[in-house]
Amino acid sequence: MPSAEEILKKVQETLVDALGVDEDEVTPTATLIGDLGAESIDFLDIVFRLEKNFDIKIPRGELFPENLASADSGFVADGKVTAEGIAQLREKMPHANIDSFASNPLVSKLSDLFTVDMICRFIAARLK
Amino acid sequence: MRWYWIDRFIEFESGKRARAVKNVSLAEEHLHDHFPGFPVMPGSLMIEGMAQTGGILLGEHYKFEYNVILAKVPKVTFHSWACPGDQLIYTAELQDARVEGGSVTVTAKVGERLVADAEIMFVHLNSDDPQLSRIDQKNFVFRMNLMDILTVGKAGTGN
Repeated sequence: MPSAEEILKKVQETLVDALGVDEDEVTPTATLIGDLGAESIDFLDIVFRLEKNFDIKIPRGELFPENLASADSGFVADGKVTAEGIAQLREKMPHANIDSFASNPLVSKLSDLFTVDMICRFIAARLK
Repeated sequence: MRWYWIDRFIEFESGKRARAVKNVSLAEEHLHDHFPGFPVMPGSLMIEGMAQTGGILLGEHYKFEYNVILAKVPKVTFHSWACPGDQLIYTAELQDARVEGGSVTVTAKVGERLVADAEIMFVHLNSDDPQLSRIDQKNFVFRMNLMDILTVGKAGTGN
């Protein structure tokens, strides 16, 4: 099992290739969409590259769940994710830092859950 | 002008590899503007040809169940020109294929000379997507008999 540093290094390389960003931008706390400019199509690209670089399989929706808080999910009220929604997030995304999001669960901030560190945690759990 | 940027497949190994030919001709209108006195095939159209080769390779893998949409070109490098009279050979290799989409690597060569190489990504959209009502990719392939090579080339059976 590779160390946390080794995983981060490889995740950084993956994101540099997928998003055309500089390695020093890819810090653990960087958000994929906000900081690194990822668009929806890039998520599939990232999944392909992670599978190759770490020799793992990532089933659809496990790393990047789809329709997290769409209008008809029933988990959104007044622009915020409801308590049930938070519970759902914890279940679907054990690799994400839900705690810091839950303190102010604005739907508009949902994409900030997708960080470099989130990918590293997902990979580490996968490689165990 | 019809949006076909490959002329024919010359090899097709289902789920693995496809090779297609593009003959560059001075009869192509755009070459007279690109550039006056120096006709070279635009790189963007070479990308389209590479994407058609790779996209049909991916589409055939799922028996044309999905509409294959060019989504992203993570990498492309142009190494030299393709001029009228050149025969470009696009060789696409399927790297990833899953329900959401797929990716290919493609080279473009004239003889042994490397003209371009690229990584290309596609996403799948369902045929019942309302935005796609007028697209029929099966017809794109079969009306032009692009796949005639399957009768002599490497089909899924390896024959």
